[in-house]
Amino acid sequence: MQLQPVALTETGTAICMVCIFLAPLAAAGLALVNTGFGRSRSAAHSLLSAMSVFAVAVLVYMVIGFAFQGYIGRPAHLLTMGGRQWNLLGADRLMMRGVVFNGSTFSLVACLQLFSVGLAATIPLGTGMDRWRLGASCASSALLAGITYPIFAHWVWGGGWLAQLGGLASCGSGAIDAGGAGVVHAVGGLSALCIAWILGPRLGKYEASGMAVPGHNMVMVLFGCMLTMAGWMGLDSAGAMLFGGAAVNSLVLIAANNVVASSAALLTSLVVTWVRFSKPDASISANGFVVGLVSVSGVCWLVSPVEAAAIGLVAGLLVPFSVEFLERFGFDDPSGAISVHGLGGLWGVVAVGAFVQGRPGQWLAQAAMVAALLGFVLPLSYGLNLLLNRVYPQRIPKDGERQGLDMCELGAGAYPELTPVTKDYLSR
Amino acid sequence: MKVAGFFLLIAGLAIVLSAFVLLSPNAPRGVFVLAGIAIQILGVLLAFRAHYTLEEER
Repeated sequence: MQLQPVALTETGTAICMVCIFLAPLAAAGLALVNTGFGRSRSAAHSLLSAMSVFAVAVLVYMVIGFAFQGYIGRPAHLLTMGGRQWNLLGADRLMMRGVVFNGSTFSLVACLQLFSVGLAATIPLGTGMDRWRLGASCASSALLAGITYPIFAHWVWGGGWLAQLGGLASCGSGAIDAGGAGVVHAVGGLSALCIAWILGPRLGKYEASGMAVPGHNMVMVLFGCMLTMAGWMGLDSAGAMLFGGAAVNSLVLIAANNVVASSAALLTSLVVTWVRFSKPDASISANGFVVGLVSVSGVCWLVSPVEAAAIGLVAGLLVPFSVEFLERFGFDDPSGAISVHGLGGLWGVVAVGAFVQGRPGQWLAQAAMVAALLGFVLPLSYGLNLLLNRVYPQRIPKDGERQGLDMCELGAGAYPELTPVTKDYLSR
Repeated sequence: MKVAGFFLLIAGLAIVLSAFVLLSPNAPRGVFVLAGIAIQILGVLLAFRAHYTLEEER
């Protein structure tokens, strides 16, 4: 069975464009969440990093990434194994020269991907808060956008071997992930795990007199969550139309599922923290809200709101325990990106196999996707970031970390009126 | 130890891939796929453990 590209009507194209216009809100929301979870002395650096990383990812992806990703029906590198041809890598033209931006499905995919890769690159920033150099985060996002993301996105969205599993290996419809639970979030979350490995914890986090390092602005975090939801609906809707062939009238279901899953996940995380710590935890509850969005994004147009609530409930249950588990193993993840995007994304991929009806063998394709994320994306991302760390150390020196990234790297803080000693400002 | 964990991750993926390439749809591919993922989970835990040990030494 040959994979076919999705065909959209004129109305579908217009609505898809509107959905893509919403996508930057997801990155803006994530940037606010990350910044709020960090220290006040790194706030300006965090927001600038989010914008810079987004920009680098978009440009690198435009120059080389999209050529590796391609799309169904476009040139690709094939490998013959077991008498079948497996699609391994896109072979499109560099700098998006093969794309005619005329409203065709291919051009809409290219446009959506520019935002999706920017969002994926923003995710690891939350893990590297307060200690990740600006230049290093930009270089790391270039590796993500130029190598890791496009290869994996090709396998799922570009007609690659994971998408082919339906036709070549009788596994349902092949890997399904319209909203990017695996391609965007799990890839970003696993990269965040690699960053946590390489950077190590913040100063004082796990010392003998160890302390919790609370976020500096929960208002920013909670507002970021709400903003994220608007962007997510756009990403999920556009993804479902372009990669899942969803009809325009199913966008209503996507919006409902997003709200229901995030609400269920938020309340579950809130109750779990309430029971465990006697009081509800705002930061973990906020993480619960986002993980609800992440986990339902893969299957957003194929399940009922009741099933979306169940997906969100499981995701909301996973996050508080995952955050504690990672802390116990010495990981410092200020924004919870590993739990929310990494684990939440993996659960989102599994949820497709668990909840989608009438596609025998679908779970096998989803399991293969999980295996590819753990067996390809994680080692590749770690190797690339480790190599980068050898060439250009990613962590800020200790003095700079004590002083704060704002002063150390930018020479001015986000809240100058709160800075007690103005002579500490560095010359620009 | 961390490197060993990563080798387990790759080995698990190789088992999953082999199941799809070498076995027919009628064969018990699910068992191979689950075995591959179980090996990957062991690999992740091993890599986590290595990180924990390193952090403790610091």
